[in-house]
Amino acid sequence: MTEFEFKLEQAKSAVTRGKLSRRDFMTFAVAGGLSIAAANSLFIRAARAQAKPGGHFRVGLGHGNTTDTFDPATWAHGMNFAWGKGLTGAPLVRVDPKGGCVPYLAESFEPSDGAKKWVFKIRSGVTFHNGKTLTADDVVGTVNYHIGPDSKSPGKAYLAGVASVKADGADTVIFELKGADADFPYNLTNYQFPILSIVDGKPDLSGNGAGPYVLDGFEPGVKVHFKRNPNAFAPGNFDEVTQLSILDPAARTNAFLAGEVDFIDRADLKTIDLLKSAPGTEIYNVSGYQYYNAPMLTDVAPFDKLEVRQALKWAINRQDLVDKVLFGYGKPGNDSPIASAMKFAFNPEPVYGYDPDKAKSLLKQAGMENLKVDLSAADAAFAGSVDCALLMAEHAKAAGIEINVIREPNDGYWDNVWIKKPWSHCYWGGRPTADAMLTVSLAADAAWNDTRWKNPRFNELLPLARAETDDAKRTAMYAEMQQLVHDDGGQMVLMFSNYVGALSTKVAHGDLNADNDHDGGYMYDRWWFA
Amino acid sequence: MTTEHVDIRAIRSRRTFGQNAWRLLKSAPFTAKFGMAVIAFYIFCAIFAPVITPYGEAEIAGKAYQLSSWDHWFGTDQIGRDTLSRVIYGARNTIGIAFLTVCISFAIGGVLGIYASVTRGVLDQILSRIVDVLMSIPVLIFALMLLTMFGKSIWSLIFILAVLDSTRVFRLARNTALSVAVQDFVEAARLRGEKLPWIVLREIVPNILPPLIAEFGLRFCFVFLTISALSFLGVGIQPPTADWGSMVAESKTLITFGRPQPLIPAAAIALLTVAVNFVVDWFLHKTSGLRDEK
Amino acid sequence: MHPVLRTVLQRLGLGVLTLLAVSVIIFSSLELLPGGFAEAILGQSATPETVAAFNKSLGLDRPATTRYVEWVTGVFTGDLGKSFAGAGGWRSDNVRTVTSIIGPRLYNTFFLAALTAIIAVPIALALGLLTALYRNSWFDRVCNALTLTTIASPEFFVAYILMFFFAVKLKIFYPLSTVNADTPFLEHVSRAMLPAITLTLVIIAHMMRMTRASIIALLSSPYIEMAKLKGLTGRQVILNHALPNAWAPIATVIAFNLAYLVVGVVVVEVVFVYPGIGQLMVDSVSSRDMPVAQACALIFAATYILLNLLADIVAIVTNPRLLHPK
Repeated sequence: MTEFEFKLEQAKSAVTRGKLSRRDFMTFAVAGGLSIAAANSLFIRAARAQAKPGGHFRVGLGHGNTTDTFDPATWAHGMNFAWGKGLTGAPLVRVDPKGGCVPYLAESFEPSDGAKKWVFKIRSGVTFHNGKTLTADDVVGTVNYHIGPDSKSPGKAYLAGVASVKADGADTVIFELKGADADFPYNLTNYQFPILSIVDGKPDLSGNGAGPYVLDGFEPGVKVHFKRNPNAFAPGNFDEVTQLSILDPAARTNAFLAGEVDFIDRADLKTIDLLKSAPGTEIYNVSGYQYYNAPMLTDVAPFDKLEVRQALKWAINRQDLVDKVLFGYGKPGNDSPIASAMKFAFNPEPVYGYDPDKAKSLLKQAGMENLKVDLSAADAAFAGSVDCALLMAEHAKAAGIEINVIREPNDGYWDNVWIKKPWSHCYWGGRPTADAMLTVSLAADAAWNDTRWKNPRFNELLPLARAETDDAKRTAMYAEMQQLVHDDGGQMVLMFSNYVGALSTKVAHGDLNADNDHDGGYMYDRWWFA
Repeated sequence: MTTEHVDIRAIRSRRTFGQNAWRLLKSAPFTAKFGMAVIAFYIFCAIFAPVITPYGEAEIAGKAYQLSSWDHWFGTDQIGRDTLSRVIYGARNTIGIAFLTVCISFAIGGVLGIYASVTRGVLDQILSRIVDVLMSIPVLIFALMLLTMFGKSIWSLIFILAVLDSTRVFRLARNTALSVAVQDFVEAARLRGEKLPWIVLREIVPNILPPLIAEFGLRFCFVFLTISALSFLGVGIQPPTADWGSMVAESKTLITFGRPQPLIPAAAIALLTVAVNFVVDWFLHKTSGLRDEK
Repeated sequence: MHPVLRTVLQRLGLGVLTLLAVSVIIFSSLELLPGGFAEAILGQSATPETVAAFNKSLGLDRPATTRYVEWVTGVFTGDLGKSFAGAGGWRSDNVRTVTSIIGPRLYNTFFLAALTAIIAVPIALALGLLTALYRNSWFDRVCNALTLTTIASPEFFVAYILMFFFAVKLKIFYPLSTVNADTPFLEHVSRAMLPAITLTLVIIAHMMRMTRASIIALLSSPYIEMAKLKGLTGRQVILNHALPNAWAPIATVIAFNLAYLVVGVVVVEVVFVYPGIGQLMVDSVSSRDMPVAQACALIFAATYILLNLLADIVAIVTNPRLLHPK
């Protein structure tokens, strides 16, 4: 740190504490070589860095359904995933903006037995909204609710590695794993795992949690209202929070422009430039871990041929997709599912650019010239999927490949099209670890292996890397796995998409999480009104 | 004398169909003429779409969302296709789909409705009850369910909309035909020993035609709107087929910022609806027997 | 028996049968639709294991006929059942009855329909009479073209344009119509204003044109000629002689449009986020929440049947020949 940088930090903290005026700060910063604009934005950020309580935070979300409930086993979309992360619910651990796993309801956690056993110490004195005190039994009951034999919870898949969970006294919980997992605590950051209050062995699914906000009104599919929990061990900043479900993007934009809400997610990218110039608007733009892909079933002709898979990978102009489907708010994929900002990310060679001639010659090798394939798309897979498929068809024409785009109904897409039709569109939300990203859709026995890809070497490396605690060795193993997915896999990672929304400049925030939308789901207790 | 003879014959000779049509057209009010001109223009666009469009229907001709320029008069859409070309192709697809749908629904609903009203009895009762049931289910939601069930090809869209629409046609055809079928001249024809087809074609159909044609005009326009609503709710026409309803739905968010793109296909729908209904109004007026004083 | 009473009883009897048939159609459609409640809720994260557990806890693993009979028996004893959402939970206080879900939304739907009708029906009738009186004038043609344009624009298009001008630019009305049971009456009215205006523009043309057409259709009848020959003015002829005989078709078309206001407004509900019953039905169909979808369908069908009955009663009451049969 140079002397100027050091002094700048001091000046910034003086601003935050209200000890330095804008004029003095600017004079100092500009004298040090900063431009006026940069100095000004530094000042604003520093002045707002002090979180202060109060206000009614209203958000308009592109999610929500009349069948929503407060049973974490049924949570599946962006309106309810925050309920478990920091609204009514509180998990044991959370993800910080740098991607680290930090204690929340847990006070501390540590591995033993070569990461095969994990011991969590539970924070003492925490109460649920109904006044009941949190104990280790609540944690055990919650985990069993998800992994039990009758579980309906998608969370079951994330805790598949848990052999047993038991309480040791009132404040200690011990997880025994089936195999070593150096990243195990990350699994518990998932939105399905707020700690539930267990009464008579049964979980309370009414929204009674230990989180920073108390449920205060619930109209499924329309509106959810929360009030600050005065007894929370880590209270939120806002007095009240209202989530509105506004599924239609134009209506969402209008609600934001008219000042009915302070934040909207899933901003309409077609009009984002126009929205940007609206007064009092900050574009929420976080390049996240989420990606859009086009999985090919590797056991179905013609995708069972390696040359066909590779030819298609070369025949698509991914940059064009980023430009037209994401309007530049994203990055082209290179068939590794791990975003470049994540730990253990690796960019395999050769980078898949747009090369129709190469695609043509690969097809010739396989004796599959004039390939004709169907591609199933629906906006349920990701926004703009149908347009994306049309663009892909146009790109592939140059390689002599005819892609017949089929627009599937949104209704039932995941059930009838995805992993059923040989080639479809899909999206994968961010997972906090490389292991989770690779396991969830590429492990041979994964429930959601959407390419039915069963590469022996990949599946041999996966548990080894998970158990390894030496970072250098892990890096090498993850690089080899990503190379395998890139060369041989059927998951065509088209693009990594940013999380794009809009927030009022009245709202202030610190560094943003990249693992998921809405600041990782933590915006409700981390953000504040400046 | 010969010349005079010829003159008398000339006077007596009936006007040809063409001459009649021309006279009728000349007497049409301005609104009807305007309507016919618009319809003729749309039909021209529909037929010659491939010839008059500067770009192909699915051709990606430039960058996304360009404003209007010499290369793209109406700008480009969300993936860079030429809006003008899409609107012209849209005429072909939209009118084609709507026309087919309405024809099928009139074929089903009209024939069954007239048949039910003439024969009455059990068949009439059964059909009427079925129609009651179908009509009491909201069209849009029913169509959504059926489309999810039977797939999303253009043909299933046409048939599903046609069947759902035919219930309304059945109602109308049956009720108007019923009021005609009890009149004296039909009774007379029956007593004269005319066969059923003759009675239907010569006595009933001509008398119920005006309301049916009016309905045809309205239904025709409603098909676009239904398709556009379906498209809004996520099940529309298979891409890359251009259709006005889906085009409005696709570019809807631009309205928020006062951008004109969605106006173009919406205006195309509105203009055609107004034109069709102007012509229908004139036709109704002609057949109503009302001699207006003005 | 009095003809009105007879019609009412006959129609109500048929209505019950119609409702039964509708419920069979909706039930079997939901069965035929691919996927079930579990798949719809779990979406991308569904696994065969969790789906099976879900279905078991909801009793969906039993044959369809058993479930239908169970549901119908429930309805006949006045129990519309429970929504699948929350019904599989471990605690009973989590269960949502269909009545508790539908009740407030039904009120909202009727509220919006009533508000729209109060605005639209008088305007449509007035315009219809005026255009019939001044038929083929410029006034007539402009009215015609304008109303046809609004009817010919997709609903969401009209809605967005109104929202753009009145909510975003002029800030006269709210862009969102999120209301609930606690919303004060006046705020409810002003929140529902934009959806109501949108719907007014959508339905007004149909009613206006029918009023105009049914009056003009009567103008060539001998008794109208007679009235004219008596020297009555055009206005007197239309109001005192034509209108009383035109009520039947006008009532039919008004009933049709009122039914539409209850059953057909899902698009407007989505655009303005108005918690009505149309969106509830679309949602519950796509999540295969059978009890809720069925209840919505029954409400829609009943509305349709009752309004049609009302139109027929108007037709009988305004026609002396039908009211006093020999």
